[in-house]
Amino acid sequence: MNTEIDSILKKYKPGRRDELIPLMQEIQDVNGHLSEEAIVKIGNYIGLSTTKIYGLATFYDQFRFIPAGKIRVTVCNGTSCFLNGSKAVINAIRELTGLQPGQTARDGIFSYEIVTCMGGCNNGPVISINDEYYPYVKPEQIPELLNKLKFIIEND
Amino acid sequence: MEDLKKFLINEVLLFESDTLPADTEKRLQEIRRERTSKPVIFISSGTAGLIAGAGKTFQAAQAFIGDNEPGAEIVKVGCSGPANFEPFVCIQLPGKNKLFFRNITEDKVDTLLNGVFHNDINKDDLVGQQGGRGFELWPGIQFMDEISFFARQRRVVLNNCGCYDPESVEEYIARGGYKSYVKTIRHYTYEEVCNIIEQSGLRGRSGGGYPTGLKWKQALNTGSSSRFLICNAKESDPGAFTDRLMLESDPHRLIEGIAIAAYAIGASTAIIFFRRGSEHAYKRLKRAIESARDYGLIGHNIMSSGFNLDIIIRKEPGAFVCGEETALVSTLEGRRGMPQLKPPYPTTSGLYGKPTVINNVETLMNVPLIMQNGPEWFNSLGTEKSPGTKVFAVAGKGRMSGVVEVEMGTTVREILDDIADGIKEGKELKAVQLGGASGSFITGDSLDIPVDYDAMKEKGIGMGAGGFIIIDETTCMVDLVRHLMEFMHTESCGKCIPCREGTGRMLEILESVIRKPVSEDSGTTLERFKGVMQLETIASVMRDTSLCGLGQTAPNPFLSALKNFRDEFEEHIFDRKCRANICRGLRTFTIDVDKCTGCTACASKCPVNAIYGTRLQPFFIVEDKCIGCGICYDICKFSAIKVK
Repeated sequence: MNTEIDSILKKYKPGRRDELIPLMQEIQDVNGHLSEEAIVKIGNYIGLSTTKIYGLATFYDQFRFIPAGKIRVTVCNGTSCFLNGSKAVINAIRELTGLQPGQTARDGIFSYEIVTCMGGCNNGPVISINDEYYPYVKPEQIPELLNKLKFIIEND
Repeated sequence: MEDLKKFLINEVLLFESDTLPADTEKRLQEIRRERTSKPVIFISSGTAGLIAGAGKTFQAAQAFIGDNEPGAEIVKVGCSGPANFEPFVCIQLPGKNKLFFRNITEDKVDTLLNGVFHNDINKDDLVGQQGGRGFELWPGIQFMDEISFFARQRRVVLNNCGCYDPESVEEYIARGGYKSYVKTIRHYTYEEVCNIIEQSGLRGRSGGGYPTGLKWKQALNTGSSSRFLICNAKESDPGAFTDRLMLESDPHRLIEGIAIAAYAIGASTAIIFFRRGSEHAYKRLKRAIESARDYGLIGHNIMSSGFNLDIIIRKEPGAFVCGEETALVSTLEGRRGMPQLKPPYPTTSGLYGKPTVINNVETLMNVPLIMQNGPEWFNSLGTEKSPGTKVFAVAGKGRMSGVVEVEMGTTVREILDDIADGIKEGKELKAVQLGGASGSFITGDSLDIPVDYDAMKEKGIGMGAGGFIIIDETTCMVDLVRHLMEFMHTESCGKCIPCREGTGRMLEILESVIRKPVSEDSGTTLERFKGVMQLETIASVMRDTSLCGLGQTAPNPFLSALKNFRDEFEEHIFDRKCRANICRGLRTFTIDVDKCTGCTACASKCPVNAIYGTRLQPFFIVEDKCIGCGICYDICKFSAIKVK
């Protein structure tokens, strides 16, 4: 992981604050999250204190500091999905997993987040699981859907 | 490929006259697939299509072709708009008009293709035909532009969407693309381009309606050595997906628009600020930029004109407020995306303190068309003060949804009744919300308002960037306003106190309105009334004292809902009732003694154990314990449970 971060850092110019966000985005794309170690390294490279980088990263929704789960659920809560009942879907996921949006379960299997619009406004409510879209989701389907995936992962 | 590239550059792009020689035209027709000897299947594969399963349709079609019609070609095209029709498939047999079929999921592919190739067309999934001169008509099949969804539209910006393979620069050039750009950089000066755009009367499509030509001139006249052009492709309004469709379906026109705009302001770097989460559009745009670079349309000394241009894509890191100009600039500089005090406007001091023009995707999509057809043509579209067209993302409870383009001056009612074809399941309309999370609700007579910047501004309605959400009677307005306020509260950047605290207080008060009272005797009722009395004051303070559009417009949904649906608010506050039966906290259920069989289904499912009774005897619900979740209501097979 160390070398990965170093090789990403090399692609960017040191000391350039305007490249900070793309740099963090790339590290997160590769590692799945921003670790403490990564933030310290970025700080040394860009020439900014760790607190400033952490402050910047927490301002934006994209950055996460704990790894995402093996089953990453994204729920659309845009106005159109909301009208079609996304709230019930979110509640179903919350009840099943016991997690808040943005959290990852302790066993590292589930994590879920809420986004404002995924663009499937006609097929709402839409959720995506590991980047695969599921249209017209009903809250009753959630346990079956997620448990099936969990079963596949656990037996893999 | 090299041969084709040379042909397109030398014989088409660099050809000085607008009318091309006949044999060039003939070859272009082949590239455009207008003269083909083999059947072509076009599969709409935008995000909406992929959600509906277009990827599987494509695989099934490929398998079918491999087995039965090896000569045929399958093309993944962009999305043409109607989201209900996805996966939308179009089939063109040699010499015949194109046929369009809707909802062709994986399982329908074989029957459909078998039928079409053997002249036995399945009329159930057929939408219509479309063609041009020299094509044979299909008898007894209606034309695409006769369908009400398309008939009321005026497709100018979207005319390429869904017609060609967005990953092929060749096809775009064959459709007349990049020609006006090459002409512009070779023959026009910066000022001339700005003048043409100013004459056309093009106004920023992001909602404010600021004249684009004027903005460009301001940046051009600053006398700075370097300038920047930013394309704001970060549409993050919930329910708006117009930009994404354009990026996916016609990325080359956006690149052409960016390139012309960059030339007009003398910028050699253009940045596309891209929305997170649209991976599909991102890939297509990236590939489009690569192929434009390959054709020498981006880079150093483009087409020997002396103009240099580099286009960079930057993904937004996820903050709603970054759509605001100054916040966007802060984000690009690697700081927190917080709005700054204006003036100075970005046109004088923007990115790295240099003059920066920030334009919306739709605005830039219009630019190549104006350069191609002239400002007079653009002026003839739309209304006097707002020329051109406007793209909307129609979503919500309409019968049809998707991306539509109408001429300015079309009324909201026309879009609602003709294009969206009314409300799903015959329900009553409640309101239409224009312009994303902070848009106002339009109801009743106001629906006759034309789509026009000034007419809408007069009525206090913001046009927004393209959200058009249809709300029907099954929606509770108080709950919807609360939802939008929650969104605003999470997305407030925290710089201005009125917005940071105001959205929070408004959310709290709205929540207290729909929350179940612990006891009507205690202070909660008084608190609720006090809060409601203050809502309007908070709203007006926020509007007057916030720095950016987010804070200023955050109370809009609440204010317009209160104006139009005051009775619904009062019902929630005084009668503690929700007429749409949405607000959980206000629902209580009772069991009809005559219908209950005592099956215990509800009691076993109740999450708070509020249902008591003896087996095979009627059960009852303890009102104080009930949280109004409605699980018992859904589970009862004998409809014994009633909403009180």
